[in-house]
This record gives sequence, C-alpha cells and structure tokens, in this order.
Amino acid sequence: MTETLKNKKTKSYTQYGVKRNWQLLAMLSGAIVFTAVFAYIPMYGVLIAFQEYNPALGIGGSPYIGLDNFTRFFESYQFSNLMINTFLVSFLGFIIGFPLPIIIALLLNTLRSTRMKGIFQTIFNAPHFISVVVLVGMLFLFFGEYGLINSLVLQFGGERISFFLESDWFRPLFIGSGNWQETGWSSIIYLAALAGVDPQLHEAAKIDGASRFKRILHIDFPAIFPTISIILILSVGSLLSVGYEKVLLMQTGTNLSTSEIISTYVYKIGLTGFTEPGYAAAIGLFNSLINVVLLIIANYSAKKFSENSLW
Amino acid sequence: MVNVKRKKSNMESRGDKYFHIGVIILMTLFALIVLYPLWFMVIASVSNPDSVLNGEVWLWPDTIDFSGYVKIFNDPAIWTGYKNTILYTVIGTTLNIILTIPAGYALSRPNLPYRKYIMWFFIITMFFGGGLIPFYFLISSLGLIDSFWVLIIPQGLSVWNMFMVKAYYESNVSLELIEAAQMDGANQFRTFWSVILPISKPIIAVMILFYAVGRWNSYFDAMVFIRSENLYPLQIVLRNILIVNDNASGGITGEDIYERLRLANQIKYGVIIVSSLPIIMIYPLVQRFFKEGFLVGSFK
Repeated sequence: MTETLKNKKTKSYTQYGVKRNWQLLAMLSGAIVFTAVFAYIPMYGVLIAFQEYNPALGIGGSPYIGLDNFTRFFESYQFSNLMINTFLVSFLGFIIGFPLPIIIALLLNTLRSTRMKGIFQTIFNAPHFISVVVLVGMLFLFFGEYGLINSLVLQFGGERISFFLESDWFRPLFIGSGNWQETGWSSIIYLAALAGVDPQLHEAAKIDGASRFKRILHIDFPAIFPTISIILILSVGSLLSVGYEKVLLMQTGTNLSTSEIISTYVYKIGLTGFTEPGYAAAIGLFNSLINVVLLIIANYSAKKFSENSLW
Repeated sequence: MVNVKRKKSNMESRGDKYFHIGVIILMTLFALIVLYPLWFMVIASVSNPDSVLNGEVWLWPDTIDFSGYVKIFNDPAIWTGYKNTILYTVIGTTLNIILTIPAGYALSRPNLPYRKYIMWFFIITMFFGGGLIPFYFLISSLGLIDSFWVLIIPQGLSVWNMFMVKAYYESNVSLELIEAAQMDGANQFRTFWSVILPISKPIIAVMILFYAVGRWNSYFDAMVFIRSENLYPLQIVLRNILIVNDNASGGITGEDIYERLRLANQIKYGVIIVSSLPIIMIYPLVQRFFKEGFLVGSFK
C-alpha cells in the first residue's frame, strides 16, 4: 500500500501536461518570441520573391508576378557563373577542410602529455578568434603588392604578383586562409568525442600487440565515426551556402569573375545601388531551397547506409 | 607467459616511439604555420615601416618603435569604435545568456509540453530562413535602422548555441536530481535557479565565449544597418583602415602609393594587434571548460 502510494507520488513529480509544466514553457518564451520575430517574420517576407516589389505598396500591396523573378534569374547570364563560383569555393574548401580537423584530432589524441596537448590546442584554436575583417586585412598585408610574399617572390627572381587583382588567386587565398583559421577549432568536436573513448579498450589492444597507428584505425576512428557522419551531413547541406562576410571583403573590381557568389550578388542587387528587392529575395530563396534539399538528401543517405542521422 | 605480456604492454615498441616522435614533429610544424602570421603582425607593428615593406623584417623586429601605436591611440575613431564594441558585446552577450540558458534547459526536459513541435519550430530555422532582403525589411519596419539596438536585439538568440546548452543538460542533469528538488517542494523556476544554475558554470562560460566572440568580431550588420559614425563598432573602423583603402589603391603602383603604404601599413599591423588581443586573451581562461561544455547532441 505504502509502496504504491510512493510510486504514485514519484510519478506525479515528472508528470506531463501543460498545467504542471507551464514554468518550463515560460523559460522558453523568450527564445520562442525572438525566433518568431527574427526568423519567422522574414520567412513571411519571402513573399516578395513572387512580387514585383514596390516599397510604396509594401508586401501586402505589391502585384504578384508568379515565378518571373526566378525564371529571370535562371535565364540571366550570371546564373551559371554564380552557381559554379559558389559551388567551387565551397567544395574545394570542403575537400581540404573536412579531413584536416579529423586528422589533427586523431594525432593530438595520441599525445600522452596532457600539458602538451593543451598547449597545441591553444595554439591551433587562436586564429578562430580573429575577426574576418582582421583576417582579410592580414591577407592584404601578406599578399599585397608590397607584402611579405611578394618580397619573397622577388628574392627568388620572380615578378610581383597582384594576388588580389587576379581572379585565379581568389579561391586559393579564400580557402587557404579559411583552413588556417578554422582547422584547429573544427577539431574540438572530434577531440571531445575522443575523450569519451574507454581507456581499457586501448589497454586491451596494447596487450594484443596493436601498434598506436593500428589503435587509431580500429579504436579511435570508429569512436568518432558518428560525429564525422553528422558533420558530413551538415557540410553537404551547406555546399551552396557560402556566407557573404568574408567574400565581400576580399572582392576587388577585377577578381569578380571568380569571387562573385550567390550571397554577395543577393546583397548587391538587394541592398546597394539601384535595388531590386523582389529579384534579390527570389535568388536568396532559391539558394535556401537548394540547401534544404541537399540536407534532406544527405540525411536520407546517411540514414540508409548507417545509423547516424540528424533526425 | 602472462608476465611477459604485461611487460610488453608497459614498454613501448620501437615503432610506437617513432610514431610518437613523428606526431610531435608534425604538430609542431602545424603550430608554426598557425603562429607565424600572428607573430609577423606583432614584429611588423613595432619595426621600421621601410624595412617591413622591403621584406627585411621576417623573424625579429629590427627596432622597437611604438610610433604606429601612438598614432592609433591618437585616432578618436578607434576609441569610439572600441567603446561601442565593448558596449555591444557586454549588453548583447548578457541578453544572449538570459535567452539561451533557460531555454536550453527547458528543451532538455522530457516533460516539456508540446516538446516535439517546439523542437521543429527551432530546427527549421537552422536550415531555412527568409534571407537577407526580408530580414532588412523587418529591421527597417521595426524602426531599428541606424540605432544602437540594431546590433543588440536581432542577434539575441543563436539556435545552434541553444541546442548545445540542451545537449549539456541532457548529459549532466539526472532525473533524480530534479525529482529530489521538486520533492523538497521547489517549483520549476526554483529548481532551475537553485539546483541547475549552480552546476551550469561550464556551459555558461562556453556560451559567453561563443556569443562574445561573435559580437566582438561581426561587421556585416553594422555595415548594413548603421549610418552614424558615432555608433560604428570597432570592426567597421578596422575595415575602413585595413580594407577600403587597399581596394582603392589596388591596381595602381608608384611613388605616392608607396609612400602612403609605408605610413598606412605600420598602423595596420598595430591596429590588428590592438583589436584582436582582448578577444584572443579571454579564450585560454575559458578553455578548461571545453571538455564539459562542448557537446553536440542530435536533434531528438
């Protein structure tokens, strides 16, 4: 009798239902309001992608023109160029930027001295805290007409290279600096997963005569594989979403043939000069839709071939 | 037999020893690649600008000359930018923490009402958004253009960070702990305040770091929404010093450009140090919390 009473009482403390848990909802209310206003209202605003938007008439009053903005973009001479530029800068960055943090984490994890591990990690993470403005400023200083790199080139008998005026140099500079800045930081998530590996596994493998390298392959790598899958899904989902912040700063008049990407183009036609908000919003919406589709495909395939998926 | 094996496990094989040395060499090399550009900024900022431009300075400064820094600290724009950025960062990060920590906790509770729907409400925004143009219209209709608050309020919540807080609580708060608190008569607010918050130090530290770094370093929102110079954050001031000039002179070469570069570059190196130092310095203070605070969970 007392047993059942006690059980009932315990249960009641984790009862479900709104009445008992309104305080949890209250703790969430701020986050819900901010998300509703700053994420969902702009989603309603994408209606202008289907309008010939006129600021005087607003979203409610501007005439609808169906998919005209979209077809105009597909038919414009910019279309293939923007798609290719966006894809290449992100895909080439991914080829280097995806495996590098995994390798760094696996190798760092083999160091036995935690002190040494900590020092390396502090160093590797430092560039993450530099702002894009400073990063691009540093690039200008290193790779400018009179920068250190050009001094080196001259010393070896070459001629000054205008790294920022030649479109061929945009991608190497963008990707190289991106990896310099983020490799260490991206490895943290793998290091956290590696910290959870049971040391007894390593001990047992050691007794069986497995070398350190073998143990990486057969113990450490499988342990971080779920994390790798999640990061891979997210990366595929963002293959066509390259932010404008850094690219805008690196653009010069003459490297646009490789440095103009979807997001910078949207910014320019939507907010600067003679603006066409409806057209810009349509391109932005098209870009978001592709990202969602890519993410769903990636998640679906991951689910099919392994147990790891985002949802 | 057993003894022999145990001995072997304690001793390192020769191959493993070489492997270990190889790893240390590789990591050191990588550390040098990471550090060198930062080191160069430091030495170039105190060296003679002529020798920097001629490529003579590359490992050690040739003199110790703080005249670049003197010029920087005599520039009122830098001071305004610094003051504004500190205000944006402190006020903004406070708002972020107030919104993110309780919300992440509530999401981690299985007895949250409508949990599944609320989760999707947030998840959708991580992968789909209205985009820049509708966002600009929203800010404009809220009357926030060119106001102080435009750099505080719209960035109030990062859903990614909130999910990180949720993952932290999911692996650090047991059901028993909460039940014990509630059997003692604490309601959910009280439980959060007196039981959960005291064990939240690692995740709060990590969140402060994430949000503060983001706010200190962002320039784009200010570039789009701020017009008045007295509201400029440091990054916009930096951008005007580091990048806009360079774009303008990008193509031309010649004596006067060289002269301008000579003077400007010394300031550039200095300004990079002055603006990045505070934010790089807070990181080692927070790093010890990473193991506990830096967890990524699924969306379930």
